[in-house]
Amino acid sequence: MSQAWHEIVLEVLKANEIRLIPYVPDNVLKPLIAAIHADPFFTAFTTAREEEAVGIVAGGAMAGMRGMVLMQTSGFATLANVLASLPCAFQIPVLLMISERGTLGEFNLGQAAVWRTMRPTLEALAMPHQVITRLDECGFIADRVIRQALMTQQPAALVLSPLLTGAKASPVKAGS
Amino acid sequence: MSLDAIELGKSGRLERRSVVRALLAERGDMLAIGGLGAPAWDITAAGDSPLNLPLWGGMGGAAMMGLGLALAQPSRRVLVITGDGEMLMGIGSLATIATKQPRNLSVVVLDNEHYGETGMQETATRHGVDLAGMARAAGITDARRVDKPDEVLALRDAIRGGAGPLFAQVKIDDASLPLVLPPREASILQARMREAILGPAAHLQ
Repeated sequence: MSQAWHEIVLEVLKANEIRLIPYVPDNVLKPLIAAIHADPFFTAFTTAREEEAVGIVAGGAMAGMRGMVLMQTSGFATLANVLASLPCAFQIPVLLMISERGTLGEFNLGQAAVWRTMRPTLEALAMPHQVITRLDECGFIADRVIRQALMTQQPAALVLSPLLTGAKASPVKAGS
Repeated sequence: MSLDAIELGKSGRLERRSVVRALLAERGDMLAIGGLGAPAWDITAAGDSPLNLPLWGGMGGAAMMGLGLALAQPSRRVLVITGDGEMLMGIGSLATIATKQPRNLSVVVLDNEHYGETGMQETATRHGVDLAGMARAAGITDARRVDKPDEVLALRDAIRGGAGPLFAQVKIDDASLPLVLPPREASILQARMREAILGPAAHLQ
């Protein structure tokens, strides 16, 4: 029996001593969030906005506690200013994990519209990022992106594709 | 620190740099974040230090940087000094701080009731919005308004007492003061603070 994506991610986080996990919830991330809360290794809590979580992880990294922010695509879209002027400018390895919404069967047109901003924003920030689509590549990509971010003191983003997470397609059918 | 050291501006309200000087005097190993804009210049005017992180960016994020530091270093005091506009921009942070209840975190808002860096437009506090009341309602029990020099000294003692989280809305004179700029290179500011906290090993982690 192979591991689920969230079990792999949990192991990678622990192996790299990523303890501080502020987040804004997402349905796809639910099993990962539940496993993180269940493990006393982590300090996990919600924030009102993703921007707060970036500040918290930046502060933690400054003081010797590694962290990662969990969010969905629309949350990432709120972050350009704080990412550019805080972790990018100060060279602080703030890690982001983005559950990708707005593609491959989205029913909400707002989510679909904001999805189009994610890659251009990551490119414009020149922020290292990788999209994880396959279970057999999940551990390798997550581990290497995290390690490179820590070693080079740069923020980085891991994007979890619906191809990996099996995020449910829209319950709504066009015309129905 | 005596009461004489706390000055008043032309308006009769507290003079910002004398307040910041008093709060940072004999600070020990206390870390300080200066929010984007005048508070970053204020903490620098009080004496640049590796224990200071004057924010050139991260608009709205000063209090949350402080929370991250406080969670990672629970035995060390952390003081965030920011402005009313910057605090309003990240007002949800008050809820997040209240949820975590970090005993070593203090957030001091220098409230001149204006956006001082952008042309002195009015902020919400000019119209009576009570930041200390919002902090208290969120669950930060020690949330106080500070108007007088003796209250600044009491705030200073409370910050050192470490029974936080603590929030203070300090009503200050709105004069714009000459810039006192910190080092410009953000990666140096980052590296020197990490070294001050974690020692030389910081550069190898």
